[in-house]
Amino acid sequence: MRFSPAQLHIPDGFLTLFVSAIFWLLTVLFVNQAIRQTNKKLGEKQVPLMGIMAAFIFAAQMINFPVAGGTSGHFLGGALAAIVLGPWAGILVMTAVIAIQGLLFQDGGLLVMGANIFNMGIITAIIGFGLYRSVLNQNTKVRLGVAGFAAWLSTMASALLAALQLWISGTSQLQIVLPAMLGVHVLIGIGEAVITVAALSLIERTRPDLAKPEKIAEQGGYGWIIGGVLFSVFAVLLSPFASQNPDGLESVAENLGFLSAGVSAPYQLLSDYSLPFLGSTPLSTIAAGIIGVVVTFALVFLISRSLKKTDPTSKDH
Amino acid sequence: MSIKHQVETETAPLKITDETLQVTNLHFAYPDGHTALQNVSFTLKQGEKVALVGPNGAGKSTLMLHLNGILAGHGEVSVAGLPINEKNLPRIRASVGLVFQNPDDQLFSPTVFEDVAFGPLHMGLSETEVRQRVESALEAVVMTDYRDRLSHHLSVGEKKRIAIATVLSMSPQLLVLDEPSAGLDPRARRKLIHLLRDLPLTMLVSTHDLALVKELFPRTIIMDGGSIVADGPSDDILEDVTLLEAHGLEKPY
Amino acid sequence: MHANLFDRFIEKESIIHRLDPRVKVITLVGFILSNALLPDGAWLAFIVGWIFLLFANDLSKLGLSYTFRRSIIALPFALAAVSAIFSPMGNPLATWHFGMFTLTPTDLGVLRFTSILIRSWLSVQMGILLVATTPFPDLIHALEHLHFPKSLSTIIAFLYRYLFVLTDETFRLLRARDARSAGLEGTKAGGALFWRMRVAGNMAGQLFVRSYDRSDRIYSAMLSRGYTGNIRTLNPHTMKQSDWAISSTIAVFLIVTQMIGWIR
Repeated sequence: MRFSPAQLHIPDGFLTLFVSAIFWLLTVLFVNQAIRQTNKKLGEKQVPLMGIMAAFIFAAQMINFPVAGGTSGHFLGGALAAIVLGPWAGILVMTAVIAIQGLLFQDGGLLVMGANIFNMGIITAIIGFGLYRSVLNQNTKVRLGVAGFAAWLSTMASALLAALQLWISGTSQLQIVLPAMLGVHVLIGIGEAVITVAALSLIERTRPDLAKPEKIAEQGGYGWIIGGVLFSVFAVLLSPFASQNPDGLESVAENLGFLSAGVSAPYQLLSDYSLPFLGSTPLSTIAAGIIGVVVTFALVFLISRSLKKTDPTSKDH
Repeated sequence: MSIKHQVETETAPLKITDETLQVTNLHFAYPDGHTALQNVSFTLKQGEKVALVGPNGAGKSTLMLHLNGILAGHGEVSVAGLPINEKNLPRIRASVGLVFQNPDDQLFSPTVFEDVAFGPLHMGLSETEVRQRVESALEAVVMTDYRDRLSHHLSVGEKKRIAIATVLSMSPQLLVLDEPSAGLDPRARRKLIHLLRDLPLTMLVSTHDLALVKELFPRTIIMDGGSIVADGPSDDILEDVTLLEAHGLEKPY
Repeated sequence: MHANLFDRFIEKESIIHRLDPRVKVITLVGFILSNALLPDGAWLAFIVGWIFLLFANDLSKLGLSYTFRRSIIALPFALAAVSAIFSPMGNPLATWHFGMFTLTPTDLGVLRFTSILIRSWLSVQMGILLVATTPFPDLIHALEHLHFPKSLSTIIAFLYRYLFVLTDETFRLLRARDARSAGLEGTKAGGALFWRMRVAGNMAGQLFVRSYDRSDRIYSAMLSRGYTGNIRTLNPHTMKQSDWAISSTIAVFLIVTQMIGWIR
């Protein structure tokens, strides 16, 4: 039995180290900021509120609704979390959910977790919150409509990103994976939209204090609107272009040197994984391999050290 | 019948007192304007075990949240002679063991050990001291074997006992329990009664379980509509059918 | 009630169970990293990795095939890699015509597909072994010792504690929904799809409100026990000599695997 909607949790092995590392880096930057920002806003309430809200998202993902032919749709929750809790809190909550799904249930890998968090927690927060924030002063109908659209689009953006990552990693052919991913998520996204709107309107009706526009406005400003709109436009323009004309995208990427960089990047750092001064012998390959491992470990170590330093709440007694 | 406890108002700062809890003219209104407590005054002597009864919404839980400064209304609350204020909060919270009604709210750590250790750790005690206190707290509730259990594997009765251990580990002077017997099966309830009877602590226990009151608590306070409407020996109060019925309670058999 | 559904830890007396959780976490990451570093088609190294896994399975007393049996969950995602078979960067093996589509599997494509699958499958199994031999709270402690941001690890600990409570609540809501819609036989069970999604949304909203209120109560319970914003935990683990010995052995093993993988 799986414990989350399957398609978007990329397992280990499906993305190259290069792609994994890039998205880990982006994710660490965002999550680190999310920890600081929520700590500043929530203070000592940060831990219990974020923890319970993460459990809420995890539990809400169990709510299924039969679609057709024995399949059922699921809720992802990234957009809803960002809308009601604010973008930084939404990112933190989704990070915890994706981390536990990867760690405890092997639903999504570890080296690729950065990409998974980015796809399902960060991009969803940017689009979900950004679009909703831009219509915060409008009437309820407009707000809920935009919340639904943002939820749908955030699902599409997750799928688009996952497809692009798989393609850059040389795991999937773009002309196959992109239409497949987007096609499936057009439908899943509709479920996401309806659930998000229904949940949001129920919260507004029963507990107006939790979803007051003024309260939501405090959670993030124009930066998020700009980011949200930008990414939305990007997703909206790129998806049809890429689905109809994947070769076009491929050649663009190839011209930019993007593709080859993705496929063999970690080895290219050490020029075909051998050290020049040792010549191209098995020995040099081995040495290069060891250096590669050491460098990677050192990077991981340094990142975790710097995390420890910058985390304001990490205070052992 | 209204045997209201008269409050002595002489207050010398930090005198040695045998009053573990003193509440004087406490008023509280929620931000939405709803008045939850009105002119609440009572004292608990050291070692006294007192029941707090009354219908839902009477203000019992709100009152309990005032006893360790989670909520702060108008009026005075002091614990063992120490008035509750910003400066005293850490000491107050260590000396008032407040156990919430739902053990799933009280037990927020993944394991029993971590939960029972939470209080002592946040009092700043040393590791050895923390471990000792966890041991003796678990011993007090007869749950020593449960040290390494996961909280979600416990039954409701077990959770309630561990919940009590989580505050016993802080060596409180006053134990405040919200509905300890709610949701327990007869056997678990019986075990809880023995536990509460044997704990040598001052206790204020809110409950709907008047049979429990009869068995355990010599004194009863009835609250309704945010005020104390009766305070006196349980034997008298539990016999006063008119009083009980006026406040939505039923005489136990 | 449903708690066991989410439990992954299986209590046994074994070397693997006793191993310090830090060693297990680092081994897992190292193993996955090593798989990722191996080139496509490093069959011998993949086999060595697989033997390592079997050995660990055996040591854990869970049975040789334990992780294999549970690794099926990784299969559905393999679909995403199927298209790699038709990578144009290799020599065509065959040409299949399906109506207007022409598919050409290539040797490099097949090599890539198989390698991705094996890497993923090995990695998933090691993860399964980790959580089957380590209580999750210990795993969180390990992350803390490894300087994972403390607030994030505590949030994950809360998530772990309350996922059981909240999923129970969810299942109760779902049961109530199903109980009410069961009588509608003849009509489409539960009404139109759109309506079903709305019901799901209302449930999510309800669950959100309840969870929010619960977080307030938990926060009060934490304050009552002296919480002031800094979570303090004890360090329940110390690295024993055997832990150091085993971790160095594993490190050597991983390096050897890399050598095997890269020498042709």
